[in-house]
Order: sequence, then C-alpha cells, then structure tokens
Amino acid sequence: MISTMECAVDAQSLISMSLMKIHNSRTQRGGIKLHKNLLVSYVLRNARQVYIKEKYAEIYRMQQYEEVMTVCNEIQELNPLDLDAEDTDDEEQTRAACCGEEASLCDAACQRGAAQPEAHARTASALLSGCPIEDGGKEPEPSDYRSCCMEASPLSHFDQFPALQDRHCNKTTVLDLDTHVVTTVENGYLYQDCCCDALQCGQGAQSPAKKRKVEFGCCISEVEEISDFTAARKRAKREDCSYSNPEYTDTSNISNLISIFGSGFSGLLSRQTDLEQICSKQALASLGAWTRAIVAF
Amino acid sequence: MTYTSEGIQLHSSPESTSKQWLLYRPGGDMQWCFSQVKGAIDDDVAEADIISTVEFNHTGELLATGDKGGRVVIFQQEIENKNHPQFRSEYNVYSTFQSHEPEFDYLKSLEIEEKINKIRWLPQKNAAQFLLSTNDKTIKLWKISERDKRPEGYNLKEEDGRYKDPNTITSLRVPVLIPMDLMVEASPRRVFANAHTYHINSISVNSDNETYLSADDLRINLWHLEITDRSFNIVDIKPANMEELTEVITAAEFHPHQCNTFVYSSSKGTIRLCDMRVSALCDKHSKLFEEPEDPSNRSFFSEIISSISDVKFSHNGRYMMTRDYLSMKIWDLNMENRPVETYQVHEYLRSKLCSLYENDCIFDKFECCWNGNDSVVMTGSYNNFFRIFDRGHRRDVTLEASRENSKPMQVLKPRKVCAGGKRKKDEISVDSLDFNKKILHTAWHPQDNIITVATTNNLYIFQDKVN
Repeated sequence: MISTMECAVDAQSLISMSLMKIHNSRTQRGGIKLHKNLLVSYVLRNARQVYIKEKYAEIYRMQQYEEVMTVCNEIQELNPLDLDAEDTDDEEQTRAACCGEEASLCDAACQRGAAQPEAHARTASALLSGCPIEDGGKEPEPSDYRSCCMEASPLSHFDQFPALQDRHCNKTTVLDLDTHVVTTVENGYLYQDCCCDALQCGQGAQSPAKKRKVEFGCCISEVEEISDFTAARKRAKREDCSYSNPEYTDTSNISNLISIFGSGFSGLLSRQTDLEQICSKQALASLGAWTRAIVAF
Repeated sequence: MTYTSEGIQLHSSPESTSKQWLLYRPGGDMQWCFSQVKGAIDDDVAEADIISTVEFNHTGELLATGDKGGRVVIFQQEIENKNHPQFRSEYNVYSTFQSHEPEFDYLKSLEIEEKINKIRWLPQKNAAQFLLSTNDKTIKLWKISERDKRPEGYNLKEEDGRYKDPNTITSLRVPVLIPMDLMVEASPRRVFANAHTYHINSISVNSDNETYLSADDLRINLWHLEITDRSFNIVDIKPANMEELTEVITAAEFHPHQCNTFVYSSSKGTIRLCDMRVSALCDKHSKLFEEPEDPSNRSFFSEIISSISDVKFSHNGRYMMTRDYLSMKIWDLNMENRPVETYQVHEYLRSKLCSLYENDCIFDKFECCWNGNDSVVMTGSYNNFFRIFDRGHRRDVTLEASRENSKPMQVLKPRKVCAGGKRKKDEISVDSLDFNKKILHTAWHPQDNIITVATTNNLYIFQDKVN
C-alpha cells in the first residue's frame, strides 16, 4: 500500500524516469549494473501498480459516465410501460453489484441496466474485483484487466428485451496478464474470455472468440547470462463504441514500445525521441502492464 | 577496568595481541579534532581522484585508500613515541602505486573499470606488508616492502651498471650494503582473475590467513592466497531464469575468529550467515537475519532503501552491523528476527526519496565501521556530514568534514539538520544539504580514537582530543 504522500508523486513520471535510467545504464562505463537495475525495476513495478489502479479508477468513472449517457439515450426510445415491477429487485441487486465510489452513477446505470437484454453492465471496478456480486468490496486486482465487458446475466428476465442486443460493443479486446493471452471478441456481448477468470464467470461464448497470443522476445545481448526476455506485451485495445477515448484506440504507441524493446535496449538508443513521446501520459495510458520488471540480463 | 589518577578509564581491547590502551573520558564524551586532510584543494574534482575505499591495517599504522583511477595510496603513521600512544602524530604518504588499469572485455564488448572497490590488509607475517585490492573483475595481492640499503662494490659492474671489461679486473672484493634513502616498493605478487561474471563488491580475508572470499552480485568465491588459477564457488544465488531474479548479494565478510563462518547481505535487506562445514555450496544459510518491514512506511522506494550497502562484524565477533540507506542496525548473531539496535542516520531524507531517486543519490552505498572495542559505530551521510553513535551511552553526534574546520587540532562542532518547522540558529535545513558532497567511506583506527572519512576526493583524519 503506497502511502498517500508518495501517491502524490506522479506514477507516470516515475515510470518514465525509471525507463530512462535503464536506458542510460547501457552507456555507463563498466557495463550494466545488475544491482541498480534490479532496484530500478522494483520502482518501475511499484509505479506501474499504482498507475494501473489510478487508471482503472479513471476508466471506471469514465465508463460509468458513458454508460449512463448511452443508457439514457436508449431509454428514450423505450416504451416506459415495458418496465416490469419484477425488475426492481434485480435493480437492487445490480445496484449492489455495481459497488464503488460512483454510487450515484451506478444507481442510474443499474436502473437502466434492467432494460438491457441478457446482460448487465459491469463497471470497471466490478471487472477488477472479479465477481462483484460475491465479493463487492475486494480490492481491484491489477493483474486482471478487462475492458468494457457485457456479460450474460444469470437473471433471465432480462431476456424480454432482445431488441437491445445489438446495441452493444461490437468488438472487445481483453488481455490476461497472467496467461499473456489477448482475446478479441467480435459480434457479441458475451464472452467467456472477457473475464480473466474465464472459467469462473464464463457463460459460454455466444459468438466465436478470437484468441490471439501476443508474444515477444526481447533479447538483450550484453552479457553471457542473457536471458531471453520473453514477455508478452500487454495490449489494452478498446474499440468499444461506448467508450470513445482516443487513447484506447491508438495502438501505435504500444507497437512503438514493443518494437523498441523488441530490438533489445539498442532499440532505445535509436528511438530516444519516440521514447519521450511514449512516456507521455497518452502513451502510457495505452501501454498496458508489465508482469515482470525489466531485467536487463 | 582500572582508573588512572586523572579518573580516565582505561579499557584494553580483548582481541589485541599486544597491549594497547584506549582512552575514554568518564561519560564517554569524545571531542573530535581535526588532524589532517589529504588531497587536492581544487573544487574541480577529477573523476580519477574520487576516493572509492579506505582501510586501516591491523595495527593502524598504515592507512590505504583506493580511488576511481585505480591507484592505491598508503599513508603511514609516524609514531614519535610508540610507548605513549596518546602522543599521536601524522600520517604521511608511504607508497603510491597503480593497482588496476582499465581493461576491455572483447568477448562481451564491455569496459572494465579500474576503480578500486575494496582494499583489505593481510595480517603482517614478516617485514613486508600485504594487501588485497580489487576492481569489478580482478583481485590482486600486493606486497609492499621497504628497501633502505643497496649493494655497492660489484666486481663485474661499474657503479652506474655498465659491465666492466673483464681484462681490467685485477682484484676481487665482496660487495657491501650501504644505507640509502628509504624506498617503498609495491609489487603485485598474485593476480586472481576470471572468476567473476558480475561486479565484485566485497573481499574478506579469513582468520586462517590462508584463504579469502570475493563476492559479486550473484556469487561468492573462496580463494587460497597462494593459488590463482582456481577458486571454489561457495554461494550462488543466480536463478535458472534471470527473469526470476529478485535479489543480489551486496556485501560479504568472514567472521573475525571463526574461519568456517561468513555472512552476506542482500538487496532485500536480509543477511545470511553460512557455515562452510555444512556443505561445499553454502546456498542454504545457517541463519537468516531479517526484520519485517513496517507497512506504514511502504513507498515506491521501499525496496531501494532496504537494500543493505555494507555489513561488518564487530571485533569481538558477537555482533554484526548493517547499513541501509537510512539507518544502521546492529544484530546479535544469536537473534535472527530483529536487530538489537537501530540507529537512524538521516531519517529526514525519507520524505525526499523521490528527489533522491531522480538524482541517483538513493543508490549511494554508504559504509559503516566499528571502533576498536565495539562501543561506538560510525557512518557517513550527505553534505560531508558523518555520524557517530555511542552505543554504550546512547549518544550520537553529527560532524562535518570541511576545509573551513581545518585548523590544526580545531575541535569539531556538532551539526544539526532541521527536518522541518522553524530552523534554529546553526541548524541546516534539509533543502540546503549538498547531495553531491557525500561521505561513503569511513574507517576507525583499530586501537585508537583516530578516524578517517573520505569526502569526494579528500581524506580527512580526525582524532579524539587529548588533554
């Protein structure tokens, strides 16, 4: 738990500072210092964890807002008389499920959520905490990361609104930081691979899910004890129509960083200006996450 | 413990082989006075002159320093009257030599720095002195010997060395040795190379006077002083997959009396004590010394500041001391779960860690040292401050090594850093500390109250004021 005072320090600036230190260590006299780089990697990891938490909180807030707006628009097209009295209980449940700080947004979303067929909107915090119905108060687990996720609800009475099935994200890309699997799902709202605990929440894919493994070897050719630095770079790619933040549709920055580290740290030497751009806030937002800190040996 | 007529307590150092006396005032007050400063006065510091290690020999008569340029400078104490050590005199240059040169590893395309990381003296066995010096990759054994006589009266050679024409030789004589000006020669007797893949951070001579260890980031090797073409690996913490690397070795030292025991510290803040009798490879420790982290102090930099930069056994072998970024801890070898004493060196820096990370100061490796009878410990800090902690009397003092306080026998005034709030007169605020002026290396005379601290390129010698 990073202290609040340290949180005031920009996690992003720490990340960029750390990356620059690792980069500079390549040109230092005497070779790369293993001890110092290991310590820098710990700072990088800590900053990354804080950054992801902050980012997810931000996504959650943005998502809530967007969903509320979307649902509002959709509601206007609905016949208000179609709303059943039965739904109120479910509204309570889903409201409880969408726990989090933005309770007011949640309430609004959940009320509308009753109108969504075969799904109920899960908030980012719900995503982060696994199954919020069971464990609403759980601390967001940074190793799980899901984008907008429309999930089949166990509550069957949502079925009465099939008309709205199509009004959901057409394509969702999610990544699993533990198995290094990036999954893109098209044409659908329901996705076992939306959940990082896929087995836990999977309801059976309604539509074929494309699994795409993103893998990447990064060889650092400095010392004899070079390990193949095979780390799947995490792609956070969201093409969700309901979330139009340009950061999340821009994969070029990720590709840049991947290609930079793909050519070992020598890539950094030739791409220094790119690195500075990449280390900017925009790029860092789409950087995704690192399961392991950089170990340059 | 006896008292002189002046009321001064005399302690004898239990491990000393000869009678040496340490002087302490009642109450344990020590007043430190400036004695000498060595090095250039220039503010413009040449990188090669940066002092990288300081070490007294076992009697304290010799003081060796190593620098970034690969040179070793040895100072000798000119003792006017050896029977009365309270009349101390100065340290003067005794020998200077180039220990290591810059090298290039062509296979790995790596430059190997000539910087001297550590110097360790061997106990004296004969007229010559021996020391081990090491850079990142190679350890060398140097013999320092004196020559104060030279032969004269060769039969076949002239005085200038030219060979005589044999036909001109009509008589035979025995050459004689005549006095000459003292010449101190340093010659490399052994070179211990090619045993370390990573950067050597420590060397330590065993109490058996036959073996020594060298430690790099991931491995510790055991050498015999006579054998250079092989060494035994006794600790290897390199993981099979380097991605799983979580800690490195930061320092290692042999026990002062038990030739089978050594300790090594890690970047995670743990110390492992190993017994070489248990197995050939000492990967499994006999004891693990670790203090649980205080969760309320958790920050981005927790791992960095808990990394141990130095570990030193006490002279009596019962305790060991570790230095991490903000504190010094003294451990009883019989208690593994927490230190027996903790001293905060510069706690006011805890709120500045981000800036210190930015300017790389957070990676500085401070050393620490014990005094001769293990009652006082010392370490360095920033702004050319150094800290002395009196364990027995629970006092500590902050002193400064500066040219301004360099008048002969000038008593050093204690310094105080104002952590926050209203700054009192004579206090220095944290923000005005100069982080480029750091004291990383300190040493304490093994038998006397003489201390030496190394600023960037100067060596200061202070001594306890004697009435």
